[in-house]
Amino acid sequence: MNLDVNNWSLTLAMLLVMIALWIGYREKLGIDREIIIGVIRAVIQLFVVGYLLKYIFKVNNVILTLAMLLIIIFNASWNAQKRSNGMTNALLISFVAILVSTGVTLGVLILSGAIKLIPSQVIPISGMIASNSMVAIGLSYRSMNTQFRDQRQSVLERLALGGSLRDASIGILRESIKTGMAPTIDSAKTVGIVSLPGMMSGLIFAGVDPVHAIKYQIMVTFMLLSATSLGSVIACYMAYRNFYNSRKQLKDLASEK
Amino acid sequence: MKPILELHHVGYQVEQNQILQDISLTVATQDYITLTGPSGSGKSTLLRIIASLLTATQGDILFKDQNIAEMDPIQYRRQVSYCFQQPTLFGKTVADNLDFPFQIRQTTPDVEKQKAALTVVGLPENYLDKRITELSGGEKQRVAMIRNIMYVPDILLLDEVTVGLDEENKRIVNELIEHFHKDHQVTILSITHDAAELKQASRLLTITKGRLEA
Ligand SMILES: Nc1ncnc2c1ncn2[C@@H]1O[C@H](COP(=O)(O)OP(=O)(O)OP(=O)(O)O)[C@@H](O)[C@H]1O
Ligand SMILES: [Mg+2]
Repeated sequence: MNLDVNNWSLTLAMLLVMIALWIGYREKLGIDREIIIGVIRAVIQLFVVGYLLKYIFKVNNVILTLAMLLIIIFNASWNAQKRSNGMTNALLISFVAILVSTGVTLGVLILSGAIKLIPSQVIPISGMIASNSMVAIGLSYRSMNTQFRDQRQSVLERLALGGSLRDASIGILRESIKTGMAPTIDSAKTVGIVSLPGMMSGLIFAGVDPVHAIKYQIMVTFMLLSATSLGSVIACYMAYRNFYNSRKQLKDLASEK
Repeated sequence: MKPILELHHVGYQVEQNQILQDISLTVATQDYITLTGPSGSGKSTLLRIIASLLTATQGDILFKDQNIAEMDPIQYRRQVSYCFQQPTLFGKTVADNLDFPFQIRQTTPDVEKQKAALTVVGLPENYLDKRITELSGGEKQRVAMIRNIMYVPDILLLDEVTVGLDEENKRIVNELIEHFHKDHQVTILSITHDAAELKQASRLLTITKGRLEA
């Protein structure tokens, strides 16, 4: 492999950070602090993860691998939950949605033999699945919140006519699930034409034959479709009842956080 | 006649704001009650509580001798149907709206029944495919009301359904209410300031500052 970023070239590449700092200074953006903190965090986090992964790959222990997966899924749930705007049980809902979507997707990939059950394959792939599921769920939450606010009258009317909570929310549910999946579908349409996505670029970079690399990218496209659709569906169906109280009434906006 | 609906000292409070206070009322089957009162006096709030879209913070409501707090709200709302002040129609066409009462009962929409309902409110049958954005205010109000009466409820709660309509539309809507009251024995509770409708009613109630006037 012709991969060789040594510490000296990395240090020189710091010049690129200088460019960002210089622009920030010249244009009085007031973001130099942010940039420096961002860079320091990125370097530290990546070094820690690098050594951690090296260790996990080396010991190749099932429990340790599962623990790592749980941490990834928990972090993703925590981030998704922040987009829910104070919805009750958002962390639990996000966790279940990401756990199931990651579990099912990963299971299919392993059973079909697309990836092997070894930490160096399972962990990075799970990270990709969980983070995409996280973004999809966050988008779904946001869309649901906006729609329940904007379409309040129409939801109330459906309830008044004797519709169930599902009858009253089904339009909003569908739209929220679609919103969660939209970026994945869009990127599936443009993959290879507009962007060479990370997985494929990485493999090509590492010297893998492009024809071989695209096969992995096709797998990634499939798995992200599954992850985002499962994540959004589960999260939306678990979350919409939160907008109603036990008497099946639409909660007042004022009584929400 | 036997009471169909009883309110016992019903109150509604949001934080420190007492919106309704000590409302007691007995409604007999096939009563036609009109409700008037100044803006902000709590008329809509009262009907929404009766419709189980809000829960009273004080007092009890009995429907056919059963406390509504112990009934399934969904089934209850199909019997006690609330028609909004300034309703919005959903979907794209009139049919989307008239299909809803069938969909929630898991039955296929009965097109003949829908056409008949359109005729009753003085709209042509081919309006089923009409886009909702092409309806006039009065037509919208009438389509909205058909949704409430596609399956005839026991009680119809009407929230200023003729406000903003011209004389012709008012007359049609009032006749429709009268029709359901007389021919289908529907009990009516209607918020209105319309002189013609007040004349149709069997009882007149007034709310001021959240209290029922004696
Ligand atoms: N969810 C709520 N939170 C706080 N105050 C509310 C809420 N809903 C209604 N109110 C207040 O309760 C009062 C009664 O409102 P309501 O809509 O019942 O009046 P109304 O008699 O129907 O008036 P109008 O004739 O203008 O329709 C108003 O002062 C209103 O501001
Ligand atoms: Mg009102």
